[in-house]
Amino acid sequence: MRRGTRTLVYISVLTAQAMVLNWVEGLIPMPLPVPGARLGLANIVTLVAAYTLPWPAVLLVVAARTILGAFLFSGLSTLLYSLSAGLVSAGAMLLTRRVLRGGGAQILAVSLIGAIVHNLTQLTVAALVLENIRVFWAYLPWLMLLAIPAGLFVGGVGRLLLKYVNKLHLRVY
Amino acid sequence: MAIGKSTKIILIITALAVLGAALILLWRPSAGEAKEVLVTVDGEAYGRYPLDIDRDFTVETPWGYNQVIIHDGQAEVHEADCPNQICVNTASASEIGDMIVCLPHRLVVEIVPEDSP
Repeated sequence: MRRGTRTLVYISVLTAQAMVLNWVEGLIPMPLPVPGARLGLANIVTLVAAYTLPWPAVLLVVAARTILGAFLFSGLSTLLYSLSAGLVSAGAMLLTRRVLRGGGAQILAVSLIGAIVHNLTQLTVAALVLENIRVFWAYLPWLMLLAIPAGLFVGGVGRLLLKYVNKLHLRVY
Repeated sequence: MAIGKSTKIILIITALAVLGAALILLWRPSAGEAKEVLVTVDGEAYGRYPLDIDRDFTVETPWGYNQVIIHDGQAEVHEADCPNQICVNTASASEIGDMIVCLPHRLVVEIVPEDSP
């Protein structure tokens, strides 16, 4: 396959995987103090993308999965939140990856920062849309606390997965 | 054992988040006597209702409806036609600061002290 085709296929596979993960996650009930809080399984894909693709392609995967996911599953009403949070957190992950020196825990840190920034962005956009600052303070502590196990879990899965993805020698750059 | 930079960042973020969350959760206004249910739609006040008087009403927003029930000192969104049903699944609100949010309908139901702005 030509390199361009290979990259396109890889991006498409990642997008499809993220959408399926997002959908599957919606089927698992989460008894949490914050209804609607999620593990963020689709971030596994963002993480893998951040480690295997150049940054514009990473943002493309995130934008494609949130927009397509909104049309297929979640509806357009929440697209604003998922799209903004997805893009900003992917940006934060890419930046962290670049700034932070390597080491075994790097991917965990990248994922954790991604989770925290995702929740912060979503909450900020929600408070702005609702024009209600009390919403921000009421949900902030829970969303920060929940971002830690979620981010570390996603980071752990991403690290395992990348071990195998790297063996494929994709050369999609 | 040397601790890597990434590990340090993870530990610092975790500590900050736990500490910050604990502070915010502890720094809650003390429970006043009279509580009211404030309903806002798209940032505009829709109505205020005393929490101690039972009531059952439907809020019509430009995006859909939410049926709010106030009973036994608790407020809940009983039914709504929003796609994610998060408001319906949120636990009843009874203490000052408790909230129920329906993002698709831009609706907030919250418990506030009486006479608060």
